[in-house]
Amino acid sequence: MFINSLNKERIEVEHKAEKQAVRRSVRDMEIGERGVISSLNDPEMGLKLLEMGCIPGAEIKMNSRAPLGDPITIIVNDYTLSLRLDEAETILLKP
Amino acid sequence: MTVATQPEIKPAGRKIAKPAEVKIALIGNPNSGKTSLFNQLTGLNQKVGNFPGVTVDKKSGFIQLTPSIRAEIIDLPGSYSLYPKSLDERVITDLLHDPASKQSPDLIVVTADASNLKRNLLLFTQLADLQLPAVLALNMVDVAEQEGVKIDVDALQRELGVPVIPMNARKGAGVAALKIVMTQQLTAPQKAFYTVPSDLQPLLQSIKSRFGLSNDYLALQYAHLHKSLKFLKEEDVAWMGEQLESAGFKSNTRQAEETIARYTRINELLLDVVRVEKADKDEKFSNRLDQILTHKVYGYLIFFGLLFLIFQAIFAWASYPMDLIDLGIANLNALIQSNFEGPLINLLTEGVIAGLGGVLIFIPQIAILFAFIAILEETGYMARVTFMMDKVMRKFGLNGKSVVPLISGVACAVPAVMSARTIENWKDRMITIFVTPLMSCSARIPVYTVLIALVVPEVYYFGFLNLQGLVLMALYLIGFVAAVLSAWLLKVILKARERSYFIMEFPTYKMPRWKNVGLTIVEKVKAFVFEAGKIIVAISIILWVLASYGPGDGFERAEQQALVEAQNEGLTQEETEVRIASHQLEVSYAGKFGQAIEPVIKPLGYDWKIGIALLTSFAAREVFVGTMSTIYSIGEEENVTTIKEKLATVKDDNGEPFFSPARSFSLMIFYLFAMQCVSTLAIVRRETKSWAWPAAQLVYMSGLAYVMAFITYQLLR
Repeated sequence: MFINSLNKERIEVEHKAEKQAVRRSVRDMEIGERGVISSLNDPEMGLKLLEMGCIPGAEIKMNSRAPLGDPITIIVNDYTLSLRLDEAETILLKP
Repeated sequence: MTVATQPEIKPAGRKIAKPAEVKIALIGNPNSGKTSLFNQLTGLNQKVGNFPGVTVDKKSGFIQLTPSIRAEIIDLPGSYSLYPKSLDERVITDLLHDPASKQSPDLIVVTADASNLKRNLLLFTQLADLQLPAVLALNMVDVAEQEGVKIDVDALQRELGVPVIPMNARKGAGVAALKIVMTQQLTAPQKAFYTVPSDLQPLLQSIKSRFGLSNDYLALQYAHLHKSLKFLKEEDVAWMGEQLESAGFKSNTRQAEETIARYTRINELLLDVVRVEKADKDEKFSNRLDQILTHKVYGYLIFFGLLFLIFQAIFAWASYPMDLIDLGIANLNALIQSNFEGPLINLLTEGVIAGLGGVLIFIPQIAILFAFIAILEETGYMARVTFMMDKVMRKFGLNGKSVVPLISGVACAVPAVMSARTIENWKDRMITIFVTPLMSCSARIPVYTVLIALVVPEVYYFGFLNLQGLVLMALYLIGFVAAVLSAWLLKVILKARERSYFIMEFPTYKMPRWKNVGLTIVEKVKAFVFEAGKIIVAISIILWVLASYGPGDGFERAEQQALVEAQNEGLTQEETEVRIASHQLEVSYAGKFGQAIEPVIKPLGYDWKIGIALLTSFAAREVFVGTMSTIYSIGEEENVTTIKEKLATVKDDNGEPFFSPARSFSLMIFYLFAMQCVSTLAIVRRETKSWAWPAAQLVYMSGLAYVMAFITYQLLR
């Protein structure tokens, strides 16, 4: 019984971790880290980001953070793009 | 630099009645060298006008392409796509999509940054699908090559189906070739880059037949943008709404699909065109520079050092040419007055020429501030300023770029308000313009110094902290806090007309183009002198009339009375004239005004004499000191110490000194908050293109001044 519940808990934890990994966004990237855009989750802002070249499938690199941590710059399509953290949050990465 | 052959151009010999004057629109991404190209093409032949019905400046210029063809070049706002994200960008679709517009261009020149071709081509493919005759000006080819990006211009030309002119707008290379292409009769590009999905065809057909359009993509644009296109009638918008509703048209999804399809197409066509030799551009010069210039410590140190330099320049350096202008105006007036006489001559000298002097005096500050701002913009440093300050400023409804206007406002609000133009977002810009005049400008200094000298003892703490200096600093701080809090208040009140994004290209560092810097200075000075200047001169004349004339024979009687007093007290010639001026001001319209508002300003501790000074201060705040000198018969030539000594002897009804600490501080606080500057109001009108903003500023700031001065006086008395 005890082992069973422990197991269940572990499964839940793993499930949570997996969920979080799926929902990882540009906001969570480390400086110098690369990733691939999976989707944009704010339809209206998404249009702006698409126009700037943040297309699903495009490779993206975290370039720098402002001294106060926000905004950030990323490299996409060979140029540097600056955006705020709450904007970066809408760019989801492929796991 | 060689210009590739132009395969898609029809031979120029094909004679279609060519208008003698052609309209050419420049369009392109921000930072794609569009402004440089515009400056290269038009030079000083530029004028700033309005696009019909909007607050966006329309910059245009004329060039003579050939002896028979004159071209009007229109510089359109920078944009990333034909789906406008800001009010400025709407100008583009309004101009291009309106079939009845007289403004619609015969040719568009699309500027593209060669080192960033993919994103720059998005806008190009949209324009090409509208089948507008177009040329691609491929800018910064040299920069791209340095970065290892090689572009096969011939192949690009083949793929795009329009002439491609490689150029360097900064150095002027390729401009001649572009001019030649502009004179040729270009046909509309035949290549389509995006095929509108077939399930939309029924909808597009009915749009096309209603509006008489022939282009599928234009019809699709109408569908997406019907709410923002200015020229569509109300019933058309309603009709479109119904059509889209019944067709189940989802604008956001369709736009997203379109953009992705276009990027896919661009990626394909660039495969054969662009060769990248250096895959990773990590080590780019700009990135290395950014590690210092946006560093946690050095970044801010350098930025505040720069601000200090700008502040010094408009505060200290500008004072030399300003003194010269002052002296020149005074000499000119003296010359005229010594040779001619009469009331018209007085109107000319003390009214008109003095008013003109009040306009010209701002030119050095405007020129110096915009020299700095243009350099900061040109080099790409301004983007870093926004980047570093955004988090702090955003909390108060301001923008990272608001720092420059706010700091400049400490010298003078007029150039500061003009510098808010660099803020793209409408709401952020309005808030910045609104609160900038609350910063204590240099015109308040004479008022502060006289009053502080009067009531704050000159004592030192710890041997170096001067109490008077501390009070002065406190006044500046209060102004700053008031500006920031007002910004926060406005952020809550003001509804955004557009969503605020920070998503923008972080430009690479570049050397400034001095021609652009020079043209910016000329443009700003012209805008101020010709647009704000006339309001300033007009109001200066009105104020001069109010202070120089009075009802009835009041002026003669005032003079007689002064002469009698002079006889009794045995005054000298000079003292007599000063006394006459004092008595005449008392009976002038301004004097009557002061007496009329005395009941209103009594709770602040002021009498009618201060009332006169409040009115005359509208020309410029520092006039306060001059008016006080006149009304208390001090004379013009005296310095701060004598003015202070004379004012200290003024007694109130109870025989106490009139300028008590309560009254003086109340006055300082009033001058700190009150909007008493015609020049600022005029420039705010010019920048916001509406009287509503300056009127709101006048009411808000003067109301705030009244309340704060009232509290100050009642607490201290």
